[in-house]
Amino acid sequence: MTPTTDSAPTVGVPPLAGSARNGPRDVVRQSLALARRNMLQLRGDPGQLLDSVVMPMVFTLIFLYVFGGAIWGDRPGDYRQFLLPGIMVQTLMFASRSTGYLLAVDFDNGVMDRLRSLPIARSAVLTGRIVADMSRLLLGQVVMLLFALAIGFRVETNVLLAVAALLLTLLYGTALAWVSAFIGLTIRSPNTVQSVGFLWMIPLQFGSSMLVPTSTMPGWLRVFAEANPTTLVTDACRNLLAGGPIAGPVLGTVLWSVGLMCFAVPLAISRYRRR
Amino acid sequence: MTLAIEVEGLVKRFGAHRALDGVDLAVPAGQILGLLGPNGAGKTTMVRVLATLLRPDAGRARVFGYDVVEEPHQVRRCIALTGQFASVDGNISGRENLYLIARLLGVPARRARSEATGMLERFRLAEAGGKPAREYSGGMRRRLDLAASLMGEPRLIYLDEPTTGLDPHSRNELWAMVKERALAGATVLLTTQYMEEAEALADSAVVVDKGRVIAAGTAADLRARVGGRTLEIRPAHPRDLAALAGSLALEGLDGRIDQETCVVRLPLVEPDELTRAVRAVTASAVEVLAVDTRVASLDEAFIELTRSTA
Repeated sequence: MTPTTDSAPTVGVPPLAGSARNGPRDVVRQSLALARRNMLQLRGDPGQLLDSVVMPMVFTLIFLYVFGGAIWGDRPGDYRQFLLPGIMVQTLMFASRSTGYLLAVDFDNGVMDRLRSLPIARSAVLTGRIVADMSRLLLGQVVMLLFALAIGFRVETNVLLAVAALLLTLLYGTALAWVSAFIGLTIRSPNTVQSVGFLWMIPLQFGSSMLVPTSTMPGWLRVFAEANPTTLVTDACRNLLAGGPIAGPVLGTVLWSVGLMCFAVPLAISRYRRR
Repeated sequence: MTLAIEVEGLVKRFGAHRALDGVDLAVPAGQILGLLGPNGAGKTTMVRVLATLLRPDAGRARVFGYDVVEEPHQVRRCIALTGQFASVDGNISGRENLYLIARLLGVPARRARSEATGMLERFRLAEAGGKPAREYSGGMRRRLDLAASLMGEPRLIYLDEPTTGLDPHSRNELWAMVKERALAGATVLLTTQYMEEAEALADSAVVVDKGRVIAAGTAADLRARVGGRTLEIRPAHPRDLAALAGSLALEGLDGRIDQETCVVRLPLVEPDELTRAVRAVTASAVEVLAVDTRVASLDEAFIELTRSTA
């Protein structure tokens, strides 16, 4: 449909669809068109939001009011200030699972067959997915931060550091989304993708400082917890919002996220190409 | 003559199973070709290879001269795929489905919107255009699927069992749309399990079974392959079916009893068989309600053809 140079062997027929070669501008346009579709899907299926925003809110209330007293005991400070950055990270981790799930669904219901038979860049489908999911993750983080403020959480630093906290969690979430994409492209059944996506994150979530201080954990677990990227990103987020040392956990988070992506991105891409 | 599809010795294996076992095929541009076969014959595998979704293990396939393995991007610029299961996105509206395809094909946003609207109108979906596609009826979904396939004005359209599960009205409507498209110059590769569908739409048909082409030609050619006409003799009482068949056997004719429809059926191959059959009926003294000859249906031809390879 685009007026492009037509190298087809036949004469007197309409030009071929799409561009003869996908340049960088084509790839950007195609990725954004797919990201738009993925965002619209969210509107068509609000259940996705329930999973990624409402659940963490319920979790917060349970932890804050049911377990909070028992967990925090008579430590100095407020468990609320400790818990809510952790919940933000948890929100992010839950939400990152749907990248793989939604890719598996697209393969399952034939949408991917259509996309892969169109003259578009192979990379556009994955990029469009990740771009949409990053927007969804950021939206979830903003909503959770507002919720936290509403139930009495206080940002003790400044706006700039709060924004940095959001961006840092987004970086970690994006790395997890790529891992999720790899899982979703490797396993065929969407339901199995959901379960596997949930299982592999359990040690990552609970063997961390996300919900409880690591100081009461047995030694071997503490070693794991303190090297766990979830601990690092939670501590970074906590300290960026409520004060405390920043450099170490921020650097750790960035290294882990970039490291994870160094593996997950090429693996996901090669899986996608092979299917 | 330009060939839209050119396939030589195509092989595709899934483990030990050979889904395609050396298929040759040539489809001239502008034709509607029916690819017929029972479930598991390799029809869908064939379409997926031709749509660059599967790599063949051996052989070559070219679409308008472009090799599906070497130049998949150019192949994709020629084709459109309408899957066995409607591959529209149920979570977004019909309009957004079409808009997405147009944008992916490089149409500027404003024109993409008007093209989507035009397509919705052409496929009688204008009213439902804003609703999520999952709320569409089966017929509407197929129409949307076909509309999405036609967005880029493809030269070659693959229709993989397009009417499976549709009611007769929606089916006829879809057939009319496919014919209209073919009249506009597109080549169509239609896979189907139904001879009737191939007969209604296709210029010619290829029958595949177990990954091989077992017959090719026009509908009339295929019919001729299994004898031209069939004689049906209907006795007044079902109990006389055996007596009729016995009487035919005395004349050296092999009549088949069909209890369900209460007829004895006899394929007519040699010119004198009709006379001999009538003589046998008279000799049997059975009370007969009707003696009909009719042209063998393509479905009978189809069953006959696939049975011989079993």
